[in-house]
Amino acid sequence: MNETIRELLGRVGGLPVPVTEIADDADLYAAGLSSFASVQVMLAIEESFDIEFPDSLLNRKSFASIKAIEETVAQIIKSREAA
Amino acid sequence: MSFAALATDNTLATRAQRVAAVAAEFSDTVDAEGRFPKEAVDAMKAERLLGIQVPSAHGGESASLLEIAEVCSILGQACASSAMIFAMHHIKLSSLVEHGEESQWHLGFMQEVAGRQLLLGSATTEGGIGGNLRNSICAIEIDGATCRLEKDATVISYGSQADAILITSRANADAAPSDQVMTVFRKGQYTLEQTHVWDTLGMRGTCSDGFLFKGEAPAEQVFQKPFAEIAAQSMLATCHLLWSGVWFGIATDAVSRAQSFVRAAARKSAGQVPPGALHLAEASNLLQLVKSNLLSGIRTYEDAKADGEKLSSMSFAIAMNNIKIASSQTILDIINKAMLICGIMGYKNGTPYSLGRHLRDAHSAQLMISNDRILANSSTMLLVQKPDFSLLG
Repeated sequence: MNETIRELLGRVGGLPVPVTEIADDADLYAAGLSSFASVQVMLAIEESFDIEFPDSLLNRKSFASIKAIEETVAQIIKSREAA
Repeated sequence: MSFAALATDNTLATRAQRVAAVAAEFSDTVDAEGRFPKEAVDAMKAERLLGIQVPSAHGGESASLLEIAEVCSILGQACASSAMIFAMHHIKLSSLVEHGEESQWHLGFMQEVAGRQLLLGSATTEGGIGGNLRNSICAIEIDGATCRLEKDATVISYGSQADAILITSRANADAAPSDQVMTVFRKGQYTLEQTHVWDTLGMRGTCSDGFLFKGEAPAEQVFQKPFAEIAAQSMLATCHLLWSGVWFGIATDAVSRAQSFVRAAARKSAGQVPPGALHLAEASNLLQLVKSNLLSGIRTYEDAKADGEKLSSMSFAIAMNNIKIASSQTILDIINKAMLICGIMGYKNGTPYSLGRHLRDAHSAQLMISNDRILANSSTMLLVQKPDFSLLG
């Protein structure tokens, strides 16, 4: 999952630095992720993992780092499997 | 209430009304000369309105956002420039109240704002960023215990009169444009070299001139929380809600003038309702919409404050954006209807029904953070945000 997220982030995140230079727990907003780009990343992740982010997870925190995105996606997949 | 009783009544609304009386007396002069409403701001200080938001434990009155919005509206009915200065001060103060308690310096400064009734100004706009306050070009330089900042601030409202300026910049020389911090600079810690003159259609008394800002201060005056979080968690909401309070006040006074006009005409023509009366009913309908929208927005904010996740959610941001869009557009319709009712007496300056200043001041509403920018922002979020159809919130 980490690789897919990194690939999407690199493609649509519009970051000024290569994704390979960003640590899993680094603050993506500080790295230059704009709010517009974060929405593009969300859309790409929804498409790629065939999930939908519930409104409660559509906040800055869920997308603050690569690790946070992974956890958010994992949480959605887990709750879908439980349902 | 007798005049003597009014003078000793110290409820917040009465104090605000005493300030509004002063603001109303000078509103036309302030507008005509494009000068700072010194008398009204001195009255705010005398009535100690600049510190009401600060928690009681720190020398303020723990006023709620609803109470502050009510003061904005009361002042807005008298002088929109004075009301907007009051609103902008409290928007800046909300950053200190909501995010300043973590640092000893900011806590002390917040107490001083309440104690000495300091007026806070804001410098978020910068030449070259195209109005997007979430981006900065300038960067703060931290040199040991000192911070230095130079900013081409194209707009600093009442910059020359403020007792301190809260200013945004990139967090350091290498930071991305969106990686911002906010810093408090007190008067004496900065110089302002005027670069633009605020000669505008309306809101002329806010004296929002442009300046080259150069400041040096102890580094502890930089907010510890990133500006992105301050913006999302307090500034976005307080901006849109308190501005809307001011705008509601402007529209309220316009409707009240139109109502007086219709009433006077109806009295003269014994029972015959003047043709403009229908517009009055429409204006009253729209005014109620603005009021309901604002009240529901304040409730949404108070609810979200109890739950930090909600405050930074997209649906909350969209809700606040919607409030700003709706109130800024609707007040123009309302004032226009009031103008149709009052006719030439509304169009002329210097009559009891004059509406020119209201209309000119109200035109700023769509431009203070351009509605186009806000709509673009909301439409991006709507790509992923899921609609909530429940009336229960």
